[in-house]
Amino acid sequence: MNYFKQDLASLHADLVAKKLSAKELTQATFDNIKATDPKIDAFLALNEDAALDQAAKVDAAGIKEDQSLAGIPVAIKDNIVTKDLTTTAASKILTNFNPLYDATVTTKLADAQMITVGKTNMDEFAMGGSTETSAFKQTKNAWDQAKVPGGSSGGSAAAVASGQVVAALGTDTGGSIRQPAAFNGVVGMKPTYGRVSRWGLIAFGSSLDQIGPLTRGVKDNATILSAISGHDEHDLTSSTQAVPDFAKDLNDATSVKGLRIGLPKEFLAEGVDEDVKNAILAAADTYRKLGATVDEVSLPHNKYGVAAYYIIASSEASSNLQRFDGIRYGYRAQDVKNLEDVYVKSRSEGFGDEVKRRIMLGTFSLSAGFYDAYFLKAARVRTVIINDFKAVLKDHDFIMGPVAPTPAFDLGAEIKDPITMYMNDILTIPVNLAGLPGLSLPAGFSNNLPVGMQLIGRPFDESTLYKAGYAFEQSTDFHLQVPTLGGQN
Amino acid sequence: MNFETTIGLEVHIELKTNSKIFSPSPVAYGADPNANTNVIDFGYPGVLPTTNKGVVADGIIAALALHATVEQHTHFDRKNYFYPDNPKAYQITQSDKPIGHDGWVEVDVDGVKKKIGISEMHIEEDAGKNTHERDYSYVDLNRQGTPLIEIVSKPDIASPAEAYAYLEALRQRIQFTGISDVKMEEGSMRVDVNISVRPVGQEKFGTKTELKNLNSFNYVQRGLEYEEKRQQQVLMSGGAVQQETRRFDEKTGETILMRVKAGADDYRYFPEPDLPALNISDDWIKELGDAMPEMPTKRRERYVNELGLTDYDAMVITQTKEMSDFFDATVALKADPKMAANYLQGDVNAYLNDNHVDLQATKLKPANLAGMINLISDGTISSKMAKKVFKAITNGEEPKAFVEKNGLVQLSDPAKLQPIVDDVLQSNPQSIEDFNNGKKRAVGFLVGQIMKQTHGQANPQVVNKLLMAALQQ
Repeated sequence: MNYFKQDLASLHADLVAKKLSAKELTQATFDNIKATDPKIDAFLALNEDAALDQAAKVDAAGIKEDQSLAGIPVAIKDNIVTKDLTTTAASKILTNFNPLYDATVTTKLADAQMITVGKTNMDEFAMGGSTETSAFKQTKNAWDQAKVPGGSSGGSAAAVASGQVVAALGTDTGGSIRQPAAFNGVVGMKPTYGRVSRWGLIAFGSSLDQIGPLTRGVKDNATILSAISGHDEHDLTSSTQAVPDFAKDLNDATSVKGLRIGLPKEFLAEGVDEDVKNAILAAADTYRKLGATVDEVSLPHNKYGVAAYYIIASSEASSNLQRFDGIRYGYRAQDVKNLEDVYVKSRSEGFGDEVKRRIMLGTFSLSAGFYDAYFLKAARVRTVIINDFKAVLKDHDFIMGPVAPTPAFDLGAEIKDPITMYMNDILTIPVNLAGLPGLSLPAGFSNNLPVGMQLIGRPFDESTLYKAGYAFEQSTDFHLQVPTLGGQN
Repeated sequence: MNFETTIGLEVHIELKTNSKIFSPSPVAYGADPNANTNVIDFGYPGVLPTTNKGVVADGIIAALALHATVEQHTHFDRKNYFYPDNPKAYQITQSDKPIGHDGWVEVDVDGVKKKIGISEMHIEEDAGKNTHERDYSYVDLNRQGTPLIEIVSKPDIASPAEAYAYLEALRQRIQFTGISDVKMEEGSMRVDVNISVRPVGQEKFGTKTELKNLNSFNYVQRGLEYEEKRQQQVLMSGGAVQQETRRFDEKTGETILMRVKAGADDYRYFPEPDLPALNISDDWIKELGDAMPEMPTKRRERYVNELGLTDYDAMVITQTKEMSDFFDATVALKADPKMAANYLQGDVNAYLNDNHVDLQATKLKPANLAGMINLISDGTISSKMAKKVFKAITNGEEPKAFVEKNGLVQLSDPAKLQPIVDDVLQSNPQSIEDFNNGKKRAVGFLVGQIMKQTHGQANPQVVNKLLMAALQQ
């Protein structure tokens, strides 16, 4: 089976009514993944035996009305550690790495009795925007297999878009949930920094990373986010803010009435594709029709976000990735003569080009004599960007704009041109720098490829984004369209 | 040419917490390699540190004990370098805003008092341990994450003797706070040393060398004395001191070149993004300050001025907080302070050294030491008898009960002693004659006979008095 016509609520109803057992659902999910994944290549590892065992246990215990996620399969991005299930972050340096512990999010999903079916492909260590830097395979866009799925959570987005799973977890450091969600026509949430515990997330940019859900619809997304959020004693950067039942109030398309929406002029500036621009302008009209006001606003320092981000994220990454040294776990080079050889050869052979590029960039930015001019200056730019958002969000309930300047591009088109690739993140990066929540949802098509819209909210106000996203979804039919996967469905 | 010396000391102190600074693993010694570790200590992918609040409290306490200013808005930084005992390849430490700064301790070298400045002190994690055997190297991460405080002196130390005094002052003050055992021999206190000399009047500091393998305060002083002379000789012979690291040789007392420093290491410090900044409240500082014990300098003043101890006695008694507390408790029970000090420095210290134990690990109690001293003071027992009593109180026995049980009471009543004196004189006419012939030694013999008859319980002073009175009749 595929998940094109099902959502969490309908699956749950079927499971409770015993029209379907968790084991049947899980088995059908694997059957479908095996049938479709040769085209999409979304998965790096499948968890078949353990998943079927777990599903049988869930069936045996019985699924109650209030266990809304019990027995429902989910996919996990491969930079989130899963106990005894190979976790590589799509890097050769972690080939066959089997973690000793579970991430907090996977523990929470397991507590909700969701069934982890496998690990999804991604850019190596989440560094990239096309899933092309994966050391292992190339995931394809669910709508057009000659296009990239976006990245770095390309596997999770493609798996949901192609109906392999109803929900997947991704991670977002500079747009890595929102951009692949947009490229594949699904819903992706980058929560407020601190909303979701990072314990067990293989760190890229520690001050930017967040885990979030990718789903077909807004309501499903809200349900999953509630399940994975909350303070965690293992992560001191996780917030003690109360976690609402985000999905609870999503039943009214008119709930945006009276809201004030900011549309930054910089988000529709040069470089943004005409079709993308038109989709956003049309979405603004939809919101106006629903009773909201949409004002043109300005985020004047947005353009400095990419530069600041690549310094901050790369600096943190250069330090975070030092632990991959060939000593305690992961890939170790052969033919080494001394300790320095172990380090240099293991890392030279274990990391891919993009990861090395960013380690070098970050190492340079933190070096004596350059720290003030690069890292410190980038940190100051970050403060300026935060203040830009604060000013706009003071009298606007949220900000709307595109997710990426263009729809999905051709496989191989940009991978040799890092700067062009980096500039794709210009609309998502500032949200990470400011630690704000960002929701990506389908808002149109351009040459049969999905176009995404991004809603950016106040800190810990994911509720407003979900309400606005749900209202938009109920007023449009973009989310109902599904890819053909070569005539499969 | 006259020279002046500048010495810098970096002291690492291991804190006595139950768990590590950034992980819940226990801090304990003697465990099997890697037994006290978890995924955090191993620098596993995806792990995060959490701050042990007790370590922050200890940092504040250390700052207060060393008269430093507590930095209330502080954070951790990463210090990046590769080494197998450093599993994350960065150490979480403090660089930008250490928890304490601008402190001082007072030292006394040959009666000259001087304040030595402390530029900063920060909290950080220790690394693991590498060992090498035949063709293999082994990594033990039990020590990884053990909390440390690093204390950095200002360039105020002008002689090896001052360096020794500074370390001793530091050790004592930290020891009194109870946050660390501060024992060099056990590695809970470690010292890195640098030294430079320059001609008197020269403004610029001389080139400094670093010394390693200084495993006791004595070695620190001896190593510095050697190095001070060596550098002076290099300069006097027209040479230049190289920036280098030298190893102290315990056998010869010399320093030997280990490596020449080629430029500074670049540790690429930056703020630790996994840990929120620390905001230390006034209330917390006050709470910790109020709970601090009286420091050794204050106690010494009190002992000398109020209890009449000598400076030396006061110094010995304040070596450790346990000894000083024991003394205070003994004196509070009306024991003579001078006698209490003598017993602590003498019999008690000898007992501790013979048995290789700390005072708090023995059965000695202030009440029993005070009881014994009071029995001596009121003449109940002689100081000779006290030897037996002391042995008993090291076994936790109550002195009065022990004295009674063993009949150790001194015979001081002249009415009871007179018949014995008379009896001994009657039995030894020869001794009386000897005495009358000027042989004073005869008195000793007669006293001995009286002690023998009383099984040693006779009060010698009373016996002497009675005997002399009888002989001179």
